[in-house]
Amino acid sequence: MRKGAGILCVFLFLATAAAEASADSWRDDFASVVLLRDYNTRLVLVSTTLLGIAGGLAGSFLLLRKRSLMGDALSHATLPGIVLAFMFAVHFTGTGRSFAVLITGAAVTGLLGCVVVLLIRSLTRVKDDAAMGIVLSVFYGAGVVLLSIVQHMPEAGTAGLESFLYGKTASMVRADFYLVSGAAVISLIASLALFKEFRLLCFDEGYARSMGWPTHALDVLMLLLVTLVTVVGLQAVGVVLIIAFLIIPAASARMWTSRFGWMLALAAGFGGASGWLGAGLSALAPGLPAGAVIVLTAAALFVLSLLAGPDRGVIARTVRARALKRRVERQHLLRGIYEVLEESGPAPHLAGDSVPLIPWAVLERKRSWSPRELRGVVRRAYRRGLVETMDRDGVRLTDAGARAAARVTRNHRLWEIYLVEYADIAPTHVDRDADAVEHILGAGLIRRLEASLPVAARPAADGVPASPHPIR
Amino acid sequence: MDQSLRERPVARLRGAGSVGLPEEHSPGSPLSVHDLTVAYHRKPVIWDIDLEIPEGKLVGIVGPNGAGKSTLMKACLELVPRSSGEVRIFGEPYRAQRKLVGYVPQRESVDWDFPVSVLDVVAMGTYGRLGWLRPVNRRCKGLAMEALEKVGLADFAHRQISQLSGGQQQRVFLARALAQDARVYFMDEPFAAVDAATERAIVGILHDLKRRGRTCLVVHHDLATVEEYFDWLVMLNMRVVASGPTAEVFTAENLRKTYGGKLTLLSEAATAVSKEAGGAE
Ligand SMILES: Nc1ncnc2c1ncn2[C@@H]1O[C@H](COP(=O)(O)OP(=O)(O)OP(=O)(O)O)[C@@H](O)[C@H]1O
Ligand SMILES: [Mg+2]
Repeated sequence: MRKGAGILCVFLFLATAAAEASADSWRDDFASVVLLRDYNTRLVLVSTTLLGIAGGLAGSFLLLRKRSLMGDALSHATLPGIVLAFMFAVHFTGTGRSFAVLITGAAVTGLLGCVVVLLIRSLTRVKDDAAMGIVLSVFYGAGVVLLSIVQHMPEAGTAGLESFLYGKTASMVRADFYLVSGAAVISLIASLALFKEFRLLCFDEGYARSMGWPTHALDVLMLLLVTLVTVVGLQAVGVVLIIAFLIIPAASARMWTSRFGWMLALAAGFGGASGWLGAGLSALAPGLPAGAVIVLTAAALFVLSLLAGPDRGVIARTVRARALKRRVERQHLLRGIYEVLEESGPAPHLAGDSVPLIPWAVLERKRSWSPRELRGVVRRAYRRGLVETMDRDGVRLTDAGARAAARVTRNHRLWEIYLVEYADIAPTHVDRDADAVEHILGAGLIRRLEASLPVAARPAADGVPASPHPIR
Repeated sequence: MDQSLRERPVARLRGAGSVGLPEEHSPGSPLSVHDLTVAYHRKPVIWDIDLEIPEGKLVGIVGPNGAGKSTLMKACLELVPRSSGEVRIFGEPYRAQRKLVGYVPQRESVDWDFPVSVLDVVAMGTYGRLGWLRPVNRRCKGLAMEALEKVGLADFAHRQISQLSGGQQQRVFLARALAQDARVYFMDEPFAAVDAATERAIVGILHDLKRRGRTCLVVHHDLATVEEYFDWLVMLNMRVVASGPTAEVFTAENLRKTYGGKLTLLSEAATAVSKEAGGAE
């Protein structure tokens, strides 16, 4: 995870440097630096990318702390703050255009929303999700009402405020860029420095508290981090969608890894990528609302992760399940053939012209396969060169198939004996699917297992012990 | 595992009045509780708890479901607010003694789908020693690995925690507390849903801790094994029914006071007691 964080640092540095360089020498040829030529577009792109990185980190904590809904309540509760701050600024300074003032207002009511949720939770028996739902809609409703009041105020040109609802990147200026990079740097530092504390808190709050970690303070820190990212992201993504921008990259990252550190790094990467791609797309097609495009980009990455994630992705899971099924089928077939041939005596010949063809019907009975299933299983074994012929009369193994059948049968029987002998410790060690039993049990134990068999059942020349139970 | 087969250690008597109320917190006691009452939503769950646990004992805590056993542990560890009373660990408030206390929560208390490996979880036991901001280092991982070996899960160190069975997850929590190397352990139902072999392994670990002078408080449900496992017993049902050497307090009378009208439990206990009585003759 340190590695992931290092990469992030470098990226963050380059992004900042790129924006800085362009600010100073934007008349120069900078086509080689970033995708788009226009200074403002590039500023927006870098800003949204940084925002995405910060959002991915903060969102991971929200998700793992199971506070996604809290984040939603927080972001919706920022709306009245924005409008109130605007009214306040108009009243005292004559203009409401200061981004810093607006997001301060946003942070105040956003946190107030969280406090109300916590109060409802501790003072009443209303359930968490209900409390958050109530706060979310009441604060948002208040914000919408205030917004409509402001729009009727004669002295204020309020064109800017609606952009906070759905997000508008075009209005970002250089000061915003500094704010966003500041937020990104802070969230990066916080996630790195408090990595172990946050992981402990998210996983097992009770244990953390019992060890003396100030879990409330850590929770507040985490919430402040989320608030910071939320309010600086409001302008680009908007009140309604910002929570998606926090949560979706984190959820996508979870599809790729089962490690906390990697999840943070990947979430930051996904967030950055969706910010960059989304803002780029909406810059190419002016009129597309940036926030929505960014969130849709993040969602597209999520769908991709859902399908292609190596651990929990749908494709990987399907492929794995299918491969496992095929392998088990194959082993059943080989063992079935071995057992049929064994009926004529221990250590049978398994391959060669002298070996009789095994009729289909006999094999079908071995595993209650339907004729069609069995054909499929044998066909796949044939393609692997394990089965020599598959004609109307029956099946015969190749030399390779014979070796595989002997090995599979031997391993299987050793496992059976092991399970019988060591029933108490066995389940955690048994791996029936393993090719090399010796690697797991050790040669010594295997010799003992073989020796513990009745004399008549000792391994024959090919080393296959007799089955410890009668074969069907 | 051999330790479990040893003779049940004979409980030493520490004065006959162990059921009585201790007036002072003795500095040597790993846990002394005075006048503790805990309430959820204004409804008191445990009342006027007075306890004095001697050092180096395996202490069983028994009582019916909802008796407040988990609540007692959580209150001692300041995980739930107290309505009244005080708790001392080696004569000091818990706050000052956290490093000496290891907690093994009930398994259901966390989400096992969390993205961490078994080793990561066990290493959490060493965070207290590490302190703020310092990253988990090789030494921590080494300690964690040792603890995993003790509970027989070394092979699983790098698995994601959701890929463990329930009993294995229970042992992961135990390993985490072992990595902490505390002097008093609070274990909430470490024997829940584990098979006989795992139970023996855990008992072995308990005896190992006892040999090293550690005190273990263990919430336990199986009355049939109480006498075998524990040399001190706390019988709880919203109040302390009895606390003292198992041989003294594990009586039919106390069981009836603890489990009351819960018939199935009572008969279970009765058979356990009659078995014991038969064996003593
Ligand atoms: N968070 C909570 N909020 C409200 N009531 C609670 C809470 N936790 C426990 N209780 C109540 O407190 C009582 C004691 O609960 P506790 O969990 O301590 O019981 P226990 O003895 O550990 O039971 P078990 O054997 O089932 O684990 C129960 O009646 C329970 O309903
Ligand atoms: Mg409990």
